[in-house]
Amino acid sequence: MSGLVPSGVGAVLPQPTSGWRIYTVASTMPRIDPGTYRLRVDGLVQRPLSLTLADLRTLPVAEQVSDFHCVTGWSVEDVRWTGVRIRDLLAGASPLPSAGALSFVSAEHPYVDSLTLDQALLPDVMLAWAMDGRPLARPHGAPLRLVVPAMYGYKSVKWVARIVVTREPVVGYWEERGYDTDAWIGRSNGA
Amino acid sequence: MSRPRYVRRFSRSERALHWVHASAFFVLLGSGLVLYLPSLAAQVGRRPFVKDVHLLTALAWILALAAVVVIGDRRGLRATTRELDVFDADDRRWLLGKDAPQGRFNAGQKLNAALTAAFAVIFLVSGALLWLGERDTRFRLDGTIVLHDVATYASVALVAGHLYLAVIHPTTRHALRGITLGTVREDWAREHHPKWPTDAQ
Repeated sequence: MSGLVPSGVGAVLPQPTSGWRIYTVASTMPRIDPGTYRLRVDGLVQRPLSLTLADLRTLPVAEQVSDFHCVTGWSVEDVRWTGVRIRDLLAGASPLPSAGALSFVSAEHPYVDSLTLDQALLPDVMLAWAMDGRPLARPHGAPLRLVVPAMYGYKSVKWVARIVVTREPVVGYWEERGYDTDAWIGRSNGA
Repeated sequence: MSRPRYVRRFSRSERALHWVHASAFFVLLGSGLVLYLPSLAAQVGRRPFVKDVHLLTALAWILALAAVVVIGDRRGLRATTRELDVFDADDRRWLLGKDAPQGRFNAGQKLNAALTAAFAVIFLVSGALLWLGERDTRFRLDGTIVLHDVATYASVALVAGHLYLAVIHPTTRHALRGITLGTVREDWAREHHPKWPTDAQ
């Protein structure tokens, strides 16, 4: 759709937020103790996992710089993410042959979103524990968030507590409210 | 020394409109900043509640403005609108920084009124589109949120100037009495608004 203001207008505004807006759906923002945090991986897997942050850090470390686009029209360019690829995480759980999708359950109840296995294995999808060289901050989903640069931000679930391996993608929080499941930037949600 | 004489500058309807608009502005600004600034958002949390406050205040603002117009002095408000809409030769000179006699509203106040009305429309339209876009992607237009932001920055600057002149600046702050109690000193009115026919009041 056409824009209401010329592109570039947003870029000249003051940026007290370094471009980010913090969207939450629950009445309290999750506050997770990194010491007792566990990431559960279950569903259609041979070996369900319960991983501490230290466990995650024993996996191969992935790093990337990617842009973040929100469906509401703001973007943050060149965000540096550090974390782990889904492939390396799933290797420990051994998904069953029937596995076709992952749902990412947020500690912010009832937020959830999902990706097909193919989408989750894209080379720039990761679970990040650091942003711009610093540990992920609470408003950005500490201690662990999903990063899906090719899709709008509502797919990049914050405060990921559990990953459920399923046959088909589940209907996510915003998909239930009319947003597209395949949230490709520029090719979805009426764009 | 004789007691100062006062003349009526603002009717009850005009004052009601002003204060409905002013109070809504600050509630919307406060709740909007909590939604906008990550540091505030993390401290306050409760985004759905803050969002409700923001939306319901916007709704109450529009309904209250409409109510004042409907049950208030409509003829008087229409006459005031016409007064605000007309920029005469003196107003144009005044805006260029020259000395020129002004009516009940000086040209700066007319400009402030026009800009305030324009911002109200921009906030209302962009805010409604943000609300609708969350429910139906057909209303999701690129730039809506930037428009809402631009209007916020610009209107905060405008209100800051307005507050300075209304509360701090020595020669203009007497006007605050007019928008609260309705009346201003006659000698002040003659000096600052010589073309305003105060005798007719």
